[in-house]
Amino acid sequence: MTISSSSPNALVQLENQVDPDPKTSPARRRVKRKTWQTVIWFIGLITITAVVLYPLVWLFVSTFKPNSEFGQNQGLIPNSPTLDNYAKVMEGIAGVPMGQFFWNSFVLAALSVVGTVISSALAAYAFARLQFKGLGILFAAMIGTLLLPFHVVIIPQYILFNNLGLVDTFVPLLLPKFLATEAFFVFLLVQFIRQMPRDMDEAAKIDGAGHFRVFWSIILPLIRPALITCAIFSFIWAWNDFLGPLLYLTSPENYPLPIALRLYNDQTSSSDYGATVTASFVALLPILLFFIVFQRFLVDGVATQGLKG
Amino acid sequence: MSTTATRVIVTEDASSKRRLLRKQRPELVSRPGQRQRARRETAAGYAFLIPWLLGFFGLTLVPMAYSLYLSFTSYNIFSPPKWIGLDNYIRLFTADPNFMQSAQITLIYVLVGTPITLMAALGVALLLNYRDKGAAFFRSAFYAPSLIGGSVSVAIVWRAMFNTDGPVDSGLNVLGIDLGGWIGQPGLILPMMILLSVWQFGSTMVIFLAGLKQVPKELYEAAEMDGANAWRRFRAVTIPLLSPVIFFNLLLGLIGAFQVFASAYIISNGTGGPAGMTNFITVYLYKTGFADGRMGYAAAIAWVLLVVVAIIAFILFRTQKSWVHYSGDNR
Repeated sequence: MTISSSSPNALVQLENQVDPDPKTSPARRRVKRKTWQTVIWFIGLITITAVVLYPLVWLFVSTFKPNSEFGQNQGLIPNSPTLDNYAKVMEGIAGVPMGQFFWNSFVLAALSVVGTVISSALAAYAFARLQFKGLGILFAAMIGTLLLPFHVVIIPQYILFNNLGLVDTFVPLLLPKFLATEAFFVFLLVQFIRQMPRDMDEAAKIDGAGHFRVFWSIILPLIRPALITCAIFSFIWAWNDFLGPLLYLTSPENYPLPIALRLYNDQTSSSDYGATVTASFVALLPILLFFIVFQRFLVDGVATQGLKG
Repeated sequence: MSTTATRVIVTEDASSKRRLLRKQRPELVSRPGQRQRARRETAAGYAFLIPWLLGFFGLTLVPMAYSLYLSFTSYNIFSPPKWIGLDNYIRLFTADPNFMQSAQITLIYVLVGTPITLMAALGVALLLNYRDKGAAFFRSAFYAPSLIGGSVSVAIVWRAMFNTDGPVDSGLNVLGIDLGGWIGQPGLILPMMILLSVWQFGSTMVIFLAGLKQVPKELYEAAEMDGANAWRRFRAVTIPLLSPVIFFNLLLGLIGAFQVFASAYIISNGTGGPAGMTNFITVYLYKTGFADGRMGYAAAIAWVLLVVVAIIAFILFRTQKSWVHYSGDNR
């Protein structure tokens, strides 16, 4: 909105200074006005970008600051840059090396992707393509769970997994993924399958293909873009998840990165800012790289399917 | 198509009527082969749904019912639940100032933060929609925070940035404003949490932008011909045509905001402080259930949260008719 309000003044000034010739054609004036609007547009957006990305830039730069500079130098240039923080972070915390936390995070995220994609695709095929008694009610129930706050089930789920002796294993974190409890992905795939023409299904059925054959050889290849979107988002959500691991994982060697970060935050925040900040950055790095590689995919996924980050 | 029609008739009418119908409209009534195919499809449907059904009943529906039961009991995980009726709920609303504060700050966070985030998202989306060239870069840059905003890393960064002598504090000092660190101050921590949620406007913005691209250009041109200025065009064309997207973003934004946890937990070191000002309902639930082990009481908190979210969703859906325009028929 800054454009429309400020550009006329800029335009008037510009014409008084640069081009007082009254013979200037209206068309030229309009072109000039357009140019100025574009310049202001860029300046406005670059300003917003600077504000929005500042915390991330600050984080990156701070990983090179020695501890003594925290609280002293808040600028974006370290006075005496160092890699000490990285060396310290790689050693790990609570007797567990950083590599172990990374591995745990990776295993959790990768298996979450596998579970989510398989179980959501199966459910979505049934909801989108098959006609059966109870379909309406079950579909409504699925939509209902879209809006259900996860916190409502954490207590009974914890009691369940505790009784099964599964606390401090990855099972409570992964089992829900293999049972398609993330309704967002089911819904996204249902929407995608519904857009697909039925001609190929019908043709395959006439040739004698069963439902599983249709699902496997026709639907899955058709919905590959949506499956990739699901995979990327379920990876990132699992990677960032904090509450789940906080509830279920108790021994440090099982911790994924977010819980390990908590150790830094709790134990060393007053004394070792450098390590805390650097560990945070290292934990974000895979997501940031993911983002840079897949950005168009991610942003288009949000735009077309309404997925929230 | 005939299969659906068949099903409706077969399930709704008695068998005598079915016999009559078979005589009059034979094409509507199922033949044995068709019925067999329908049965096979039902079997296939449930087979494909096995994982989802297990998850829905085993990890969602039954646990919800169990937690409703627990909310009427006194229960720590070591001894069996003891039925105490409505005591937990009565205590929550009459004798628990921590809960009242928690509910209050959560509502402020949700009801103030979400609209601000939506407005920021819509404003930036309008700005980006002005021009196509170069917009993709900014779109991606603004989107990045919403991908990582809920993570522990970002919470740690915000803690560092808003701490005493952190970048924000020293930056404001340069401008002659001396607020001190925001982290330790009850009056500033909630605005900071709201800033953190507004910072994640990107995903909402991307959805708005996709909606704006769908608004037919002719409508703006027609409005301009009729002498409508920019504001009028925004009010009379953009807002109504965008209202389904606004509704979607508002609903998901409100529900998502109720569930903020990691950032509040990390920023307050798990205490919900200073002075309980980051003790959001989820943090209070976690502390009650898992730090104090009062699972019955925590289940009651969870159910209050569920009911509040359901009420808000219900109100939104009810008001939908008066302000959300689905233009499917005239587009």
